[in-house]
Amino acid sequence: MSKDPQKPDTTADDPAPVLERPTRRSFLTRVGAAGVAIGTGQLHSVALAESDATVEDAPPASNASADSANMHVRLNVNGTSYDLDIDSRTTLLDCLREHLHLTGTKKGCDHGQCGACTVHVDGRRVNSCLSLAVTHEDEAITTIEGLGKPGALHPMQAAFLEHDGFQCGYCTSGQIMSAVALLKEPYGHSDDDVKEAMSGNICRCGAYTNIVAAIQQIRRRV
Amino acid sequence: MEPFQLKRVANVSQAIDSANPAASGQANSTSIRFLAGGTTLLDLMKLDVERPAQVIDIHRLPLDQIEAIDGGGVTIGATVRNSDLANHPLIKSHYAVLSQALLSGASAQLRNMATTGGNLLQRTRCVYFRDTATPCNKREPGTGCSAIDGFNRNLAILGTSEHCIATNPSDMNVAMTALEATIHVEGVQGKREIGIDDFFLLPGNTPERETSLKPGELITHVTLPAPVPGNRMVYLKLRDRASYEFALASAAVVIKVSAGKIDHIRIALGGVGVKPWRSKEAEARLLGQAPDAAAFRAASEAALQSAHVQSQNGFKIELAKRCIQHALTLATQTA
Repeated sequence: MSKDPQKPDTTADDPAPVLERPTRRSFLTRVGAAGVAIGTGQLHSVALAESDATVEDAPPASNASADSANMHVRLNVNGTSYDLDIDSRTTLLDCLREHLHLTGTKKGCDHGQCGACTVHVDGRRVNSCLSLAVTHEDEAITTIEGLGKPGALHPMQAAFLEHDGFQCGYCTSGQIMSAVALLKEPYGHSDDDVKEAMSGNICRCGAYTNIVAAIQQIRRRV
Repeated sequence: MEPFQLKRVANVSQAIDSANPAASGQANSTSIRFLAGGTTLLDLMKLDVERPAQVIDIHRLPLDQIEAIDGGGVTIGATVRNSDLANHPLIKSHYAVLSQALLSGASAQLRNMATTGGNLLQRTRCVYFRDTATPCNKREPGTGCSAIDGFNRNLAILGTSEHCIATNPSDMNVAMTALEATIHVEGVQGKREIGIDDFFLLPGNTPERETSLKPGELITHVTLPAPVPGNRMVYLKLRDRASYEFALASAAVVIKVSAGKIDHIRIALGGVGVKPWRSKEAEARLLGQAPDAAAFRAASEAALQSAHVQSQNGFKIELAKRCIQHALTLATQTA
């Protein structure tokens, strides 16, 4: 990665919000990186990314096998441009999570069967696990992080909260990304139409009834 | 996933040149793959079923147009997304069976990714083909078929051989077969047109060969002939779940009734054949007949006459017959 993905458009003097208030993930990631950074080039670059330093040209991952080809790609995620040098095998899902640390997008089945990895590419919902990151040069990618923020939620996020459209929450970002895309798709008005349109998003907890209610509330408003 | 070299190309001739084994040097033709939507290819690469040395990214080639042909018919570009094809006004109004088939397949996300050309080349969902730990003649010729004495409930009963009983999983291909689509391909040796029924091959002794595409050839577009005026079309899909599931049996029907007699009929079956299954036997039984339950039953019997079942998929004979009868009933109901 070329620079701190958590705050790509800020100067090094700006404190990153994630550092002010450590989350469970950022705490575990930093402890893990600090613990094993010595001796592995790739984890070293992770440690750099978690610090305040802005790295313009990170060296290619040193533990990549000799015949795997790194490629340069410029990705546009949530309105921010990222220059990346990544293994061509990297899926869009893994790129978002492991390179840009946008971990709102979840990895479920990794084979396009569960919908947990749903993001928008040029406004359309897709399974990010079945897509190579390097093929998305200059396309507009939106993840759950780009949809709304605490205090300024997207109406669909607020509706999921209001209707308890989740239990464990693992499928939720994918459900919401799917639901937001659905608003612009040519489906009918009934609950059955919503169930059909949302069949690519599996909820193991079975929160489907409340998910449908949340989506229908927003559809009636739009 | 095995490492591969990814090539970005700007136009069709670059794509074809890149896929030319003579020019690409290091990679032989069997290890070059075109990548469009990725919904089949990347899935199988993660499973190590597909291990291309070179992947050519064609998803942004200018092959994404749907255009009416002067004098009737339609041209569908190879990289048109399944969702765009299904919801296109011309397809919905003139080729409803194709729209219905596409919308019955996969999920909304996958339909936004999957392309026309990719769907034509969709690989079987046979669990042994997808599992590199088990023998499979399609994946590794000569190793044997694990499905014939294994889990074969979902597999084919029409067109099978002693070497392979894998089902073609596509819904789109079934509708395209009933619509008598023509596949247009381009390679270093020029352009070719292939009728859809000749595009898909029977497994026979070479189940690893699924289509008549030559190494390095690229599907550029598909054409559909003008629909017969006054026809009715239906795609009926029967499956274990109401949505997001492959067909156990499906039927695409294009029918026209004039003065009480059937004077145009095309029937293709999905979920039961090793390829999208055109049933000329069923069509022959219906042509010139009155569209009634007795004729539909006779046609369905004819369609399944050559069925060869395994230990677990015998139910598909009756299921497919009822699927055909119900699809014909729906298509001939007075609105």
